[in-house]
Amino acid sequence: MTIEDIKKALREYGGPPTALMEVCGTHTAAIAKNGIQSLLSDRIAMVSGPGCPVCVTVSAYIDRLCELSGRDGYEVVTFGDMLRVPGSSGSLADSKAAGGRVRMVYSPFDCMKLAREDKNTTWVFAAVGFETTAPIYALMAGQAAEQGIKNLRFLTSVKTMPAAIRWICEKNKVIGGFIAPGHVSVITGSEIYKPIAEKYNLPFAVAGFGGESVLAAIYALTRLKGQGKVVNLYPSVVSETGNEKAAALLLKYFEPGRAFWRGMGGIDGSGLYLKEEFAYLDAGSRDIARDVETPGCRCGDVLIGNLSPGDCPLFGGVCTPQSPRGACMVSQEGACFARFSYERTGSE
Amino acid sequence: MKITMAHGSGGIATEELIRDVFVKYFKNDILGAMEDAAVLPPEGGRIALTTDSFVVDPVFFPGGDIGMLSVCGTVNDLLMSGAAPKYLTCAFILEEGLKIGNLNRIAASMAAAADRAGVCIVAGDTKVIGGAGGVLINTTGVGFLPEGRAVSPKRCAQGDALLVSGNLGDHHAAILSARMGIENDIKSDAAPLNAPVEALYKAGVDVKAMRDITRGGLATILNEFAAASSLGMEIFEENIPVSPAVQALSGILGLDPLYMGNEGKLLAVVGGRDADRALAALRSTELGKNAAVIGRVTEKSGAVLTTKLGGRRVLAVLYGEGLPRIC
Repeated sequence: MTIEDIKKALREYGGPPTALMEVCGTHTAAIAKNGIQSLLSDRIAMVSGPGCPVCVTVSAYIDRLCELSGRDGYEVVTFGDMLRVPGSSGSLADSKAAGGRVRMVYSPFDCMKLAREDKNTTWVFAAVGFETTAPIYALMAGQAAEQGIKNLRFLTSVKTMPAAIRWICEKNKVIGGFIAPGHVSVITGSEIYKPIAEKYNLPFAVAGFGGESVLAAIYALTRLKGQGKVVNLYPSVVSETGNEKAAALLLKYFEPGRAFWRGMGGIDGSGLYLKEEFAYLDAGSRDIARDVETPGCRCGDVLIGNLSPGDCPLFGGVCTPQSPRGACMVSQEGACFARFSYERTGSE
Repeated sequence: MKITMAHGSGGIATEELIRDVFVKYFKNDILGAMEDAAVLPPEGGRIALTTDSFVVDPVFFPGGDIGMLSVCGTVNDLLMSGAAPKYLTCAFILEEGLKIGNLNRIAASMAAAADRAGVCIVAGDTKVIGGAGGVLINTTGVGFLPEGRAVSPKRCAQGDALLVSGNLGDHHAAILSARMGIENDIKSDAAPLNAPVEALYKAGVDVKAMRDITRGGLATILNEFAAASSLGMEIFEENIPVSPAVQALSGILGLDPLYMGNEGKLLAVVGGRDADRALAALRSTELGKNAAVIGRVTEKSGAVLTTKLGGRRVLAVLYGEGLPRIC
């Protein structure tokens, strides 16, 4: 079957209407950037899931970072994406403008360098991410422990996917299949989705991030409707059992725990926290156990596929990429950002 | 030798610095008069005037440095109005601790770029502030507009062709690679665009609108042109020239060459019938050898991209931080 055959089949799809969820934010961005929705029949709706690390971060986490950035002798180090995420009383960018110490880095290892060079400052790294990024944090924690670096802290918001996907399957009865997160699957392996697929009779397709890979995954899901199967369309990178070395490294430094997801609340076993023996490297990550949304913001519903971004009352009016009210409008991988930036037509 | 506060005092150290660095490299009669203001001979035609400040970090990067950038940036802004660039002024803000050897390198590179762009540096200023050995430069440029040239996005009309003069994203990718310590062969494209612009006019092309594709990238300019003309700008992903190295780097880092800054590329809007002639003119120059027709002006408003897969989507303006201090 050629890509042209797949495009034709998806354009002319005449089966029952279906909603498919791409879990991963990178897939959300790929779908938007490639104009994938414009290539699909009106009967296939793509729904974005909770796979953008910035979007699922609760406001209490941002509040804690803001508070640390204003503390004497502390400096918060973060990826650029996090700067503009609104907390309950402002973003990190607001804190920085008000004199807080906040630094943007491209690589987490820049933070190690800062900690080695300026020992009078306590450097707090905003460690957000999923299974994919977590092994890097484990490496950093390992280096810090070995080299006796005392002035580095992690404020972690590290989440794991299977528990969240299970939660969505319980709450959302519309989704007819999942494009499984590609990067996460590299670490976890594709088999991890099998029990969920079988329990809920929903197909999972593991896919790469090119436009053609995404189309192939959508096609596979429409063909497998109602079947609890996992297909791996990304076998060059994703194996059945994943990257066991990375998983072992992760388990050396981190342990699972209850994590809070924006709009979804606390989910047992869906987070990773530094183990007790490395707790001295932690800046209070386990204390972040609440979620207060911006009034009117419906990111929570968007993240689990219960609300289309365009149906949120704030979308495009008071909430835009220029002035985001919710996290889904901040990140380039957020469902609202993608919809606002790429999918409106000229007339909207 | 390093810059100290004395070099900004206005006393003997300042005088020595001006003589041993700036006058040495920027040598010309007007600057050589060393008066408070440059006095320029009268010249016919409308005057184009522009100013720009340069804060790039790192100061030296693959393919260029802040000095050549400060000349190219301002010269290119003049060229984009259709003007022939003629004079520049430059103001240096030096941070204490800057190596004088580095300042020499920067001045030499400015002089070479000015020579290439056909402009004279006729006035300057130097201040020293506390800091960590950095340098900031402002340049102001004066050019003259030949009769009959009118460049404005308001002149765009349905059916016009959109051309870019070469591969997108090189400067942005070079700066980012330097900052992240990534080793590759990507070099900044910083260059004065005299040759491609002159080639267009020499070929008799009526350039309706023109912009150098700097911060914010091509997508941002297309949105500006769409807004100014109340028309649509439609481009085709498969026609957009990007080098394999930049494509690979931006793929890894999640960047989009359509939003990446350049320092030696232009977007030109020409009448549909002028498209082939304009493309040939651009390609006849070294800087324009990878030029391409990337799309057209349409009746519908806004900027739209047709993707390689055949999907269509809005080309949004750049939101958020972008990459600070790339120019």
